[in-house]
Amino acid sequence: MLLDVRDLQVEFRTRDGVAKAVNGVTYSVEPGETLAVLGESGSGKSVTAQAIMGILDMPPGRITAGEINFRGRDLLKLREEERRKVRGAEMAMIFQDALSSLNPVLSVGAQLGEMFVVHQGMSRKDARAKAVELMDRVRIPAAKERVGQYPHQFSGGMRQRIMIAMALALEPALIIADEPTTALDVTVQAQVMDLLAELQRELNMGLILITHDLGVVADVADKIAVMYAGRIVESAPVHDIYKAPAHPYTRGLLDSIPRLDQKGHELYAIKGLPPNLTAIPPGCAFNPRCPRAQDVCRTDVPPLARVSEDRESACHFWKETLRDA
Amino acid sequence: MAELNKAEAAEPADETPNVSEVDAVDAATETEAVAAIEASVERGEPILQVRNLVKHFPLTQGILFKRQIGAVKAVDGISFDLHQGETLGIVGESGCGKSTVAKLLMMLEQATAGEIFYKGQDITKLSGRALKAVRRNIQMVFQDPYTSLNPRMTVGDIIGEPFEIHPEAAPKGSRRQKVQDLLDVVGLNPEYINRYPHQFSGGQRQRIGIARGLALNPEIIICDEPVSALDVSVQAQVINLMEKLQDEFNLSYLFIAHDLSIVRHISDRVGVMYLGKMAEIGSDQSIYDHPTHPYTQALLSAVPVPDPEAREGRERIILTGDVPSPANPPSGCRFRTRCWKAQDKCAQEEPLLAVPERFKSSDSPVAHESACHFAEEKDVVHAA
Repeated sequence: MLLDVRDLQVEFRTRDGVAKAVNGVTYSVEPGETLAVLGESGSGKSVTAQAIMGILDMPPGRITAGEINFRGRDLLKLREEERRKVRGAEMAMIFQDALSSLNPVLSVGAQLGEMFVVHQGMSRKDARAKAVELMDRVRIPAAKERVGQYPHQFSGGMRQRIMIAMALALEPALIIADEPTTALDVTVQAQVMDLLAELQRELNMGLILITHDLGVVADVADKIAVMYAGRIVESAPVHDIYKAPAHPYTRGLLDSIPRLDQKGHELYAIKGLPPNLTAIPPGCAFNPRCPRAQDVCRTDVPPLARVSEDRESACHFWKETLRDA
Repeated sequence: MAELNKAEAAEPADETPNVSEVDAVDAATETEAVAAIEASVERGEPILQVRNLVKHFPLTQGILFKRQIGAVKAVDGISFDLHQGETLGIVGESGCGKSTVAKLLMMLEQATAGEIFYKGQDITKLSGRALKAVRRNIQMVFQDPYTSLNPRMTVGDIIGEPFEIHPEAAPKGSRRQKVQDLLDVVGLNPEYINRYPHQFSGGQRQRIGIARGLALNPEIIICDEPVSALDVSVQAQVINLMEKLQDEFNLSYLFIAHDLSIVRHISDRVGVMYLGKMAEIGSDQSIYDHPTHPYTQALLSAVPVPDPEAREGRERIILTGDVPSPANPPSGCRFRTRCWKAQDKCAQEEPLLAVPERFKSSDSPVAHESACHFAEEKDVVHAA
């Protein structure tokens, strides 16, 4: 087991009260495996990732419970300087917006090389050579000439490649990619996802892919965790979930996306809005929007029920949902 | 609600002389304009005809003595028709000029060349009152519901603002009721009329934007990425609403988006743009099931399909490189620098947008306009 998150809980103190962003998330990643974390904005998928990376803003954020076991130790018990050694060297993150994640006043070569200077004490000159090597690896043309250029001189797809190169620099065991292609055009998205998958295979890295795009998930993931209001509502191998979802929310998401290969009929729309995290409805958080909701859903929080050996659903009526799928 | 001011819409706005804009020439062109509009509707022509539309943004150098050193050819000669009650989808990568087309149709940008015929009348030549009369019938819904609504105005003021500009559309006393009707039409509680935009979610704000677009009972709505800022579950709600409104009010939509699945779902016809040119245009079936332009094929093949079973079955065409700069587009066919079929002919001769010779006799959806010298049918959407 590479990463094993157990019952993680994160809350934010805000002016409107305590926002419970993550309410008991449990998931795991093996080396070479891709876990897709699927959810809408506010579902807690990015906050969980930030907690794993140790880049959560605290305060206002606070981890109230849980463990993050990474290569056999609980990261939450480590001191900050120990975590800093893990970050970048053993796990790295790729962000959505490459332009605002890169430093505009430093050349990309300096930013890529910094990894080696800080973590491995390499000289600036050697680090620059390493940077060129990395840029070659993520297939940036004319890497030698471009290593001294600044982020604004690169296109969106190229910038995202630089982000990937930076994450891969120290060959970490785990990569967390938070919406890595959301800002890119489809043709560029395909290039970037292909590259990421190839490098992952090569280095046998674990990958957590955070996204809201059901198409991207179907393309690359091994297993999926669907999040809603800070909880995992369904987790399953990728093929199972698309064939027959075991949670009404997953079902609703799959039915609400238009298809490329046929015109289709009226889209199914999940009614209502995602809940306010300072006032999550009692019982199942999805109950006000759920077509299947009964009285029990309004009072009892559904536990994650075992659907099959590697599959779980947090719905009182997962059997019925699965049967009707 | 459906009949809201339809009769008045074509009438000149005489009762509200706007001093700064009125002059004799305008009044004359306006009468002509109204006559031309009525004549063309009888003939059943497309409601909007775009012909060789061009927009070049000048690139200048120097501070005191500015001189032009080139131009960004954002839109470089595109033509299409939009019929009553129809949705025309426009797709393409960022920088292909699709949003500039929207601005040109709204007359927010002055076209460098070309014509836009609204009911047979060229609106690029209009100004003053005549333009104002036409504008009432062409409205827009913007991409970002967070920045396209003024945070200091109430929802009632936002949706009612079109009535301030076109007072003839609703007498002062009836405006509040009209705004409440509009809120109801887009599925919001009419009692929310005094709330501010920040009190609404993204999906609800987009509904407010749509209500504002509907206020003057337009015939055409230009939608520039109307759902791309919304979450998946809310996206479906807004798409369904837009389809319902189209049926109810017989609206024509120009639907600009980069999400090819959504465009297929909502569009009757689809145009594919690349670097300021139309690469291919046809019915949704023609474009998605029988694409003949290599760019369309690459674009469609790159879209991830939400079906893990299709992972191996589908052919992926991965394009190399980025879109070239519109300030210095390639000669001949603009797509040739990224095209796997490119030959010498593609660099020398620009392919015209027309039904390819070899498909002309066919009556299947493959016979549609495509701007490629080597147009060939290829299904990239359905798994083998």
